Order: sequence, then C-alpha cells, then structure tokens
Amino acid sequence: MLGFLKNPVVVTAEINLNLVVLTVMGLISRLWGLSYPRAVVFDEVYYGQFVSLYMKRIFFVDDSGPPLGHMLLALGGYLGGFDGNFLWNRIGAEYSMNVPVWSLRFLPALAGALCIPLAYQILVELQFSHCAALGAALLILLENSLITQSRFMLLESILIFFILLAVLSYLKFYNLQRHSSFSGGWWFWLLLTGVACSCAVGVKYMGLFTYMLLLAIAGLHFWHMLGDRNLSNVSLVCHFLARGLTLLVIPVAMYLSFFFVHLTLLYRSGPHDQIMTSAFQASLEGGLARITQGQPLEVAYGSQITLRNVLGKPMQCWLHSHTNTYPIRYENGRGSSHQQQVTCYPFKDVNNWWIVKDPGMQQLVVSNPPRPVRHGHIVQLVHGITTRYLNTHDVAAPLSPHSQEVSCYIDYNISMPAQNLWRVEIVNRESDTDVWKTILSEVRFVHVNTSAVLKLSGASLPEWGYRQLEVVGEKLSKGYHQSMVWNVEEHRYGKSQEQKEREVELHSPTRMDISKNLSFMAKFTELQWKILTLKNEDTEHKYSSSALDWITMDTNIAYWLHPTSGAQIHLLGNVCTWASANIAAVVYTCLSLWYLIRRRRKIYDIPEDAWQLWVSAGQICVGGWVVNYLPFFLMEKTLFLYHYLPALTFQILLIPIVLQHLSDHLCRSLLSKSMFNALIVAWFSSVCFAYRTFSPVTYGEPLSVAELKDLRWKDSWNILIRKQ
Amino acid sequence: MYALSLIECAAVTLDTMKNGRKKTTLDFLTVVSIAVGCSVFIFSSWDETHFGKMGSYYINRTFFFDVHPPLGKMLIGLAGYLSGYDGTFPFQKPGDRYEQHNYMGMRGFCAFLGSCLVPFAYLTVLELSKSLPAALLTAFILIFDTGCITLSQYILLDPILMFFLMGAVLSMVKCNSCADRPFSASWWLWLSLTGVNLAGAMGVKFVGLFVVLLVGLNTIYDLWDLLGDLNLSLVMFGKHFLARVLCLILLPLTLYMAMFAVHFAVLNKSGPGDGFFSSAFQSQLIGNNLHNVSIPEHLAYGSVVTMKNLRMAGGYLHSHWHLYPEGVGARQQQVTAYLHKDLNNLWIIKKHDSNTDLSDSSSPVEFVRHGDIIRLEHKETSRNLHSHQHEAPLTRKHFQVTGYGINGTGDSNDFWRIEVVGRRTGKLIKVLRSKIRLMHVATGCILGSTGKTLPKWGWEQVEVTCTPYVKETPNSLWNFEDHINPKLPNISLDVLKPSFAEILLESHMVMIRGNSGLKPKDNEVTSKPWHWPINYQGLRFSGVNETDYRVYLLGNPVVWWLNLFTIGLYLLIAISTAVALKRGVQLTSEHKELSRVVLCGGGQVALGWLLHYLPFFMMGRVLYFHHYFPAMLFSSMLTGITWDTLLKFFSQFLSPSTKARRVYGVGILALILLIMYSFYLFHPLSYGMIGPMASDPSSPMAGLRWMDSWEF
Repeated sequence: MLGFLKNPVVVTAEINLNLVVLTVMGLISRLWGLSYPRAVVFDEVYYGQFVSLYMKRIFFVDDSGPPLGHMLLALGGYLGGFDGNFLWNRIGAEYSMNVPVWSLRFLPALAGALCIPLAYQILVELQFSHCAALGAALLILLENSLITQSRFMLLESILIFFILLAVLSYLKFYNLQRHSSFSGGWWFWLLLTGVACSCAVGVKYMGLFTYMLLLAIAGLHFWHMLGDRNLSNVSLVCHFLARGLTLLVIPVAMYLSFFFVHLTLLYRSGPHDQIMTSAFQASLEGGLARITQGQPLEVAYGSQITLRNVLGKPMQCWLHSHTNTYPIRYENGRGSSHQQQVTCYPFKDVNNWWIVKDPGMQQLVVSNPPRPVRHGHIVQLVHGITTRYLNTHDVAAPLSPHSQEVSCYIDYNISMPAQNLWRVEIVNRESDTDVWKTILSEVRFVHVNTSAVLKLSGASLPEWGYRQLEVVGEKLSKGYHQSMVWNVEEHRYGKSQEQKEREVELHSPTRMDISKNLSFMAKFTELQWKILTLKNEDTEHKYSSSALDWITMDTNIAYWLHPTSGAQIHLLGNVCTWASANIAAVVYTCLSLWYLIRRRRKIYDIPEDAWQLWVSAGQICVGGWVVNYLPFFLMEKTLFLYHYLPALTFQILLIPIVLQHLSDHLCRSLLSKSMFNALIVAWFSSVCFAYRTFSPVTYGEPLSVAELKDLRWKDSWNILIRKQ
Repeated sequence: MYALSLIECAAVTLDTMKNGRKKTTLDFLTVVSIAVGCSVFIFSSWDETHFGKMGSYYINRTFFFDVHPPLGKMLIGLAGYLSGYDGTFPFQKPGDRYEQHNYMGMRGFCAFLGSCLVPFAYLTVLELSKSLPAALLTAFILIFDTGCITLSQYILLDPILMFFLMGAVLSMVKCNSCADRPFSASWWLWLSLTGVNLAGAMGVKFVGLFVVLLVGLNTIYDLWDLLGDLNLSLVMFGKHFLARVLCLILLPLTLYMAMFAVHFAVLNKSGPGDGFFSSAFQSQLIGNNLHNVSIPEHLAYGSVVTMKNLRMAGGYLHSHWHLYPEGVGARQQQVTAYLHKDLNNLWIIKKHDSNTDLSDSSSPVEFVRHGDIIRLEHKETSRNLHSHQHEAPLTRKHFQVTGYGINGTGDSNDFWRIEVVGRRTGKLIKVLRSKIRLMHVATGCILGSTGKTLPKWGWEQVEVTCTPYVKETPNSLWNFEDHINPKLPNISLDVLKPSFAEILLESHMVMIRGNSGLKPKDNEVTSKPWHWPINYQGLRFSGVNETDYRVYLLGNPVVWWLNLFTIGLYLLIAISTAVALKRGVQLTSEHKELSRVVLCGGGQVALGWLLHYLPFFMMGRVLYFHHYFPAMLFSSMLTGITWDTLLKFFSQFLSPSTKARRVYGVGILALILLIMYSFYLFHPLSYGMIGPMASDPSSPMAGLRWMDSWEF
C-alpha cells in the first residue's frame, strides 16, 4: 500500500542560467531608480488622467485605443493605493505625496524587463543557437529607447511584451505540432497565442498588425498541412476548428471582456459624457440619469420635450429657439424670412423645451389616457416659452444656402403661409407602429410640405445668432446621417395650470430605468464606434515626426527636463543597434532574393533545413517589422518615434539571425570564422559603448552643457541646452 | 428602340450559341452596345460642367488645374475640336441648356469608348474561359447595366479611363495566351498594346495605378514561371525580361511624359490654374504677369518684394490698415495671406539696425545673405512685420503675426532671420528660386501660413502665424516673387525657366496635394466604399424636381446583386477547388479544365476586382459612387466565368450529353433573360425620367424603388 514510498521523491529541475541572469539584468536595468524623476514625464500626463478617473470610477472615452492598457496602469495605481487625487496638467509637474510613483511605473517596467527572456526564447524556438539567442537578448537589454519607454507610465512596453509573448507561444505551439498534436502543451501554447494576441490588441490597436501576421502564418502552416496526405480529413477538420476557436473566437471574447470590465468599473458620469448618446449617459450614475429618472417613457401628444442632436459634433446641442429673429438681410446681401431664429444650443436652457402638438387639436396638455406618438404620425412642435411653431419654407438658410431656413413661424401677413407640419420617422424602429420613446428612439423630422429633413448643419451662426449652431431643412437628404437624427432627452407630460390637480392623480408615469434597457452589447458597440470615429483636431506637436525619420532615428523626443540642472530624459535609441538592425534587414532581403532566384534555377547554396530555418525566421522578424512599420505611411494621425518601437524590436531580433547565418554558411574557412568572431566582438563592444554614452539621457543623470553638446550626434536631435 | 434591339438580341444569341460564330457575335455586340449607349440629352449634367469646361480650356489654350492627369481631358478637348465645338459654352452649373453649342462630338466620343467596354470584356472572358456563353453573359451584363450606360453617356473621364483599363486587361490576357510563341509579331503587338493602354489609364486618372499593379503582378508571376523553366537559357530569360521592361515600363513612361509635354505645350495662356503653381512655373504662361518680365536676380536691402507661400494655393504675404478685432491677440494691424495680386502685398527689405533710406541712388548696393537679420516693412502702411507671444487668431498653438511700429520704427520683435533652405551662411538669395524661411529672432518661431480662412473681420483672407514647431513644411516656406530695385540690373526670367522634369514633378506634387485636399466636411453625407457593391445609393446626374428630366446613376440592381452574390459564390468555389487539388482528389480531364478556369482565369479577374476596390477603404478623400465602376467591370467578368463554370459542373452530372447541354444552355439563357428584363424595368434611370418622384405611387417608377436609399 505504501509502495509508492519505496522510491524517493525526486525533483529534477533544469535551469537555464542564461535566462535567469538575463532576467535579473533586465529587471535591474528597467527597475533601477524607478521613482526618479518624481515628476510627470511626457505622456504620463495623458495616461495619468485616465488612471485617476479609474480610481474615481468616472466614465471617460479615450480615442487612442481599447481599455486594457489603461486598466493595467490603473491596476498599478490601485495596488499602490492611489486615490486618484492629482491634477495631471503639465509635463514636469512634481508628484504630490499621495501618488505612488513606483507602483504606477512598475507594471510597464516589469513588462519591459520580461521582453529580454522572451527574445531569448524566441530565437531558441526559431532553432538558432543559444549564442544567437543570448545576442538578441543582450541587444534588447542594451537598447536605450526600449529602456526609456519601459520606465514610465506608458503603454508601449506592455504592448511589446504581449506581442513577443504571442510570437513565442505560436512558435512553441508550432514546434510541438510535429510530434504531439492535441497534447496538453500544444493546447496551452495555442491558447496562450490567442490570449496574448487579444491582450496586445487590447492595449493598443497597433497590436492588430502582429495578430494579423500570426493569423497569416498560421493560415500558411495550415495550408501546408492540407498537402500532407498522411493526415485524415477528420483530423484536419479538428485542427482547423482548434485554430479557429483559439485564434479567432477566444480573442474576440477576451476583447469584449476588456470592455465589460471597463464599463463595469466606470459607472459614474464624467467629463466625456456628452460625446455619448442620451441613452448611454442615462446609464451612468449622476449626470443625466439624475434628471431622467422617473420620466415617462412614451412621448405623447402634449409632451414637453428637449431634443438632442444625435451626432454630437462639433458639440452636443439641443434644438433651441429664442425671441430674436433672423436679420432681414445678411452681410452678403441675401434676404431672410425675418422670422424667429431656430438654432442648436450646446447648453441646457429653458428655451430648449418644445411641446408636441396634434395638428388637429388645440390642447397643449396630455390627454387621459395619453395618446402616444407613433412612427409616421404628423405633429407640430411648439416652442415652450414663445409658443411659436417650428416651421420651414423655401428660403435659403443663413449659412447653408442650399438648404431651407428653419424658423419659428411669425405671421407677418405677407402671403408666406405657415408650413409647420412634421412627420415623425423613428429611425431605429422595430416595426412601423413603434411608439416614440424618450432617449431610446432616434427620430427624423420630415417636413410635410417640402419633405425637407430637420438637420444640424454644423456651422455656427455669426454674432446675430449668438454663435449658436445653425439648424436647417435639408431638401436633398442623401440618406442617413446622424446630423439629421434627434432624440428626446428630457421629457415630462404637460399639465396646464387649471388642470393641475386633476393631472396629479391622472396617471402615474411609466417609470423606466434606462441602464437596464441598455445591454452590454449596445453599450460596447456605441463606445467602440466612438473610439474608432472620434477625431481630435489634428494636433501639431513639437516632437511629432514622420515615419521616414524613424529608420535613421533622425528625431528624438525630450521626455523630461530637470527644472534647474541639465538632467534630462530623452527617447533616444542605441545608434549602433539601430544601424545594425537596418543593415541586417537589408542583408536578409538581398540574401533571400539571391537564394530564391538561385533555387528557382535548381541551384542550392545552403542545405534545405537551413533554408527552412532562414525562411521561418524571416517570416517572423522581417514580417513583424514590415507589418508594424509600413502601415504608418498610410496613417494621417500625429506620429511619434515611440510608434516605431514594436517594429524595431522585431528588427533587432533579426541581427543575431543574420550574423549566425553568415558565420555558419558563408565563413567556410577557420580563419574567416575567427575573423568574423573578432568582428562581432568589436561590434558588440561598440553597442555597449553607445549604450553607456547615452545612458545619462536614458536614466536622467545630471550632465553639464559640454557633455550635452557632445551627445548631440545628429543635428536633427533636439537636446535641450539651458541658456547660461 | 430598346424593345426592338432586345428581340433582336435574343434571336441572335440563340443563333450564335448554336453555331458559335464568334466574329459575328462580336460585331453584333458592339453595334448593340453603341445603340444602347447613345441617347440625346440636351442639358449639361453633373460633372460634365467640370470636364466639359476643361475640354473648353484646351480648345481655348488657357491653363487650368485639375487633380487628374491630362489625357482624358485632352481627348475630350480633341473630340470637341474635331467635331466643331468652339469652346465657348460656359459650363457653369449642372442643368444649363447647351442651346446651339455643338456638344455631341464630346458626348459621342465618350459614349463610343463606353460602348467599347462590352467587346473588350467579351474578348477577355472568351480568352480566359474559352467559353462563348461565359463571354456572352458578361457582355450582356455590361450592355444592360444602367449604371454603365449612364456613366458613358456624358462628358466624363470614367468611360475613357475604363476604356484604357479594359484595353490593358484585354491585351495582357491576349499576350498571356501568346506565351507559347514568344517574340512573334502578335506577342509583340499585345505586349506593347498593354503598355500603351497602361499609359492611357494612368494618364486619365490616378486610379489607373491599380491596373498597372494588376499587370505588374501578372508580369512578375509570368517571369517567375519562365525563370523556373530550366530549358530556357539565362540569355533567353534576359531577353524576356528586357522585352517586358521595354514594353511595360519604358514605353508607358515615355507616352505618359509625352502626354504631359503636349498638355503643357497646348496650354500656354494664363488661366484659372496659375495660382496653384510656383512662380517659376507661372512665368511660362502667356498673359501671366511673370511672363517675359525681367527682374533683378539677387535680393538686396531696399528692394521692394512680394513673398509667396509655398503651400499649394498659398497666397502672398499681405497686410492692410485694418486691425485685429478686440479679443484676438494684441490689437495691432492684421497680417494675412492673400491669393490675388495687390499693392498691399508689397514689402520693403530693411536692415534690422538702421533705418536709412536705401532708395538713395548714391548708396552702394548691399545684398541680403543667408542668415542675415532683417526687418520687413509693409510698403503701403509703413509698419513692420512683427510677432509676439500672443496666440494666433485661429491656430491657438501658434503666435500672432501683426504689423507694428510707425514709419518703420518698431521694436526688437520686428527682427527676422532670413534662411535659405539647404544653403550655408553668406550665400546670396535668389528671387523665385530660393526657398526661404523667416525665423523670428526673439521667440525662435517661423513665419507660416496655416491655410485656414479668417472670419469676416479678416476679409476671409488666409491666416498667417508664427509657428513654434520648427519643421520643414511648405506652410512655413516662402519665395520672393516680384522684386523691384532700380539699382540692380534686370535679368530675363528665361534663365529661370524650369526644365521639363521640374514641371512634371511640380504638377504631380500639386495634383497629389490637390487629391488629398479633397476631404469630406464634417456634417456632409458621403458615399462609403461598402455602399457600392450593394448598390446602396446612386448619384443624381441631373434634375431634382418632378418637372425636370431626371437621370440617376444607379447600377441595374439585378445585375449588381447578382455580381455581389457571385463574388461570394466564387470564393466558395475557388477555396473548395484549391483544397481539393491540395488534398490530391482525382479529377477527370473536364474537371481539371474547369478548375484551371476557376483558379487562373477567375483568379486574375478576382484580383483585378480586389485591386480596384479595396484601396478605396484606405483613402481619406471624398469618394463617389462612380469610383466603383472599374471594379464593377471585373466583377461582371467574374460573374460570367463563375456561372458558366458552375452550370458546366452541374450539367456534367447528367449522363446523356444532349440533356446536359440543354440544361446548361437553359441556365445561361435564363440568366441573360433575367438581365434583359431587369433592364427593361430600370432603363428610365439612364434614359431619363419625367413625372413624379418614385416615392409617389403614381410614378411609373413607383414599384421599383426597392431600397429606401434610392432617390429617383
């Protein structure tokens, strides 16, 4: 019974000391003096705001990317006990005592440090020697730009970590594929590939490029499997389904879950509310929800409503009118109807209230029982304060002469009849008899006489219109556009004074809780759409650069400058590594072309297995560089040097690959081999030298003016030198 | 006319399917397509105002600027010239009547090229699939597509573009089928025709680049194939390679440049396009004030100059007595950029430290050099160009630029360092040719024009700022255009004459910038690429109201939806065929032939569709529905090939071959009849509708408004 005790319990552990030492060195290089400088460094000013908002659970929208990265940064803040009270307004501002600088910066630094063993493992999995792997890891370790980027509250190092993790897991999976399909390890690495990909995409949309690359490589590998006649059709289908599940379904699910956590965490209303629709705003605590709670759901004849334009650009605004009229003549000499102005006003105001009236009846109150307005009904809209009717007619609008002017009708007795009938069209209706609902229904108002559609033109009126936004009747409506769609935001059933007592007991309004009506998917779709389409005005930045500057590192970014001494931190790469990475890419491309053309003529320069290694290494490294770099040429946003870092990482991995290939296959004689090794040693010491030279601006050590001037190796670098 | 041609069509189709007389079919198709394509319409419509006007410019030889290369408009102009159009119709707004103007030549030319698409597509599909019914199906799709008809009826670039595009594809396919006898006469003919058509396509619109890409990929594949053929010596391979370089790179390039040479030679009079181009370029145009003038070459102190911004349509540095209004920076004199020539554009260059009157003829001439610190005095108002750390009126991150000081006496904020791009200290500054920038000495910012229009108070001129971001963009670069200095000898500007290469480069830069400048406005409804294949929304060509004669560009929905469905179907077929081949399924010889057609023939066409469609998703400029038509041509060819293959495949399961043939024939005929019937329903879209809008039940089109987004 106790037979199992006969044998001793033995644990054999195999530890690759290389890896351990590299990891420790990585941790030291990234974590050393992490809380220096105790001041806001560069984009921390940007991400910090979001961390604070997470701490306070206030909703925000950030158009730069999905929420996982922000949440990870916030996790650091949470673990460090940050209360979110810090005003992130200026780069270089000193942190107050309540900001846990070290823990805020810890996660990115850790991710940056872990990239080093990942790089090592990737080269090993690509079946290159441990020496090459060591080289790759050391190059990453000594890359100043990666160090700088890891040591602050920024997202790139986390992104690079997930990208490398995804690549490594895929390679592990692929190497297991040959002998042990569907084993535990096989599933683990396949799953990890999917998870790491979705995390990379979740941190920054840039992660999508590597995800696509891995999908393409997986597709290619599967295509080769199809040609393998030993595999049965059933097992092929199983393989296909396993890949589909782990590489497509799980990443999508993970991505959704990031948003789920994000929306669960942030439940309070905040500064970005107005970008979202009324329904979304009402689902947040505080803000709009306070007002809309308990208001009746169905808009009825006699309802008092405010109408918000759905577009929310250039700003959120409500349909508005006031006693001022359009000027008889505009500055350019065109005439107007001189009737009461109708505008869109970006602030809450008593003049935003309108009453829905049945054209056939005189009363402005809700009858008992309320008669709800349905899709296709014809209504008049009466302005609450001035009791004038919303009207449009064939007069050119003040700023958009191709559209009709919208006014509140004043009868001047000049044979210009009132044209104030509007057909309500519910855009998001489920059936043609849908009821017009507060907040939830998106409505178009189609003018009955001219079939013009009530639209926000986006232009702001001159002085006479108090710079409010112009509202027009669009005659040639070219299909659906959000600027023509309105929704009811505030709503109450109208009760006139004498009826008041009766009204109180008349009905109890349909209570509604919008947040329950809005499902997670609806919220996710809206938020995702806003993130993708929200366009900040193209901001010019002192340190922005073009993608072409990156290869040669013609640009740098000053991250921080000590308020008194010359100490400063720059995003500046290791010149030596960048140059050699470029050379490696060129050598790889030329050699590959050469081999490829020779192979086509049936001349084989290197053995077949070496060729396979060479190709698969290129797929990952050159492919990774290409997909992470070239798309930037098509982008129109403001670009910075740090956007290049993921591409650079792949390019650096290529250096030892090319070097090992050269020494294995091109240095045939012993002499040339030892010459080559000597060259490599010399080259590597120059990399170390460059690292040492630039480490003061990487770590922010104080420097004298002369030393700073010496560091300015390129004229285009912007090294800050204080005037004496 | 239509009913008759329909019956005739059906009869001949049946006839040809029996006899397989390809030649007659082709002739017949051409005739039918021309007959269907022509109709008389007396209003100018939509973009006709644009391209018709440019045709007129060629006839009048006035210089203009357009974002497209010149070939299409030159051909329109030529057609107009040959048919006796005198270039006087103003083409002001869509819907103007042509009256007595002779416009039929231009229309007829475009319609003829549009009709040629049908035989081209027919021959291409015939070559790819070796199947007459497939080719016929494609031809009928294109003949009876309302969109293609509408688009080729008017004076537009699209029929010309599509003509060259299909010409290139046809020649490429023909050349591929000559591959077994390389260097034969027909091989050379088709190869060089491919090159000629490529040049034509590129010369009409830059969209032609996609077909260049298609041909390029095909050529690379072709060469790769030849390289793998070990029977072919390297010398022979070199010959193949050189032949392609000659016909597909050198020949089109030469033709393309020749086109521009003709363009610049024809347009030698100053016109509305001058302002888009640099000063040196303008000096070439008769009637421009820079033409044949002679001015001093090097800039000296005391010179009176105008400064032109180098951004496209950049304008001259300008100032006037009016002040910036209250609340906009400091209340000093406005400085703007102004596009027209005006006395207020004149500035005097002075030394920063002395205010002596340099116009005195006795004082020696002193040249301005790179790196000098100067002061610019506005000639009319005697105020100095000035900047300070107040925010600019529109671009808040930049500094305001004002006119400051009285009679030239200001302060140290009036000092600017003048720098020539790419020169070293001490070099002289050349009028017109030197690109210079002005750096504000006190704040280190650079004088630039942002391109934003100032409101009413600034007379809607363009904002000028001092940007603290030291970047080399055309916004912050200037050149000196006019230069008056009586003490200096005048030289003729002919020495500044730009070379042809420079003109070519400049006009391309201007076109590219013009293209990327066509951005949709914020609240504008624009056409999205995903709208196009589903025929979501058309384009109003002319006529809005019920009484107007209305033409609406919309594809024949049956045809378009069939095309859309077929793309999905093709993907399915192609993937299953490829997987079957990869898995080594044993195929009969007929099936092998079918799979070759699907993968090679269909693959080429599908690639063409992708190349002409996907790039639009990445374009930031304003897009229109008609941008899809080149892709639609490919999609129609794919439809022909796919359905033919599919019907053949299924009819092969039927054992007696006569029965199989009958099923197959009926299938093709049914598709063709379906297309014809749908054309009968929708033909008023292209030939004009009168009467109530389709949303009105009494309209003849009432039942045909299948999608709410169609507005006819």
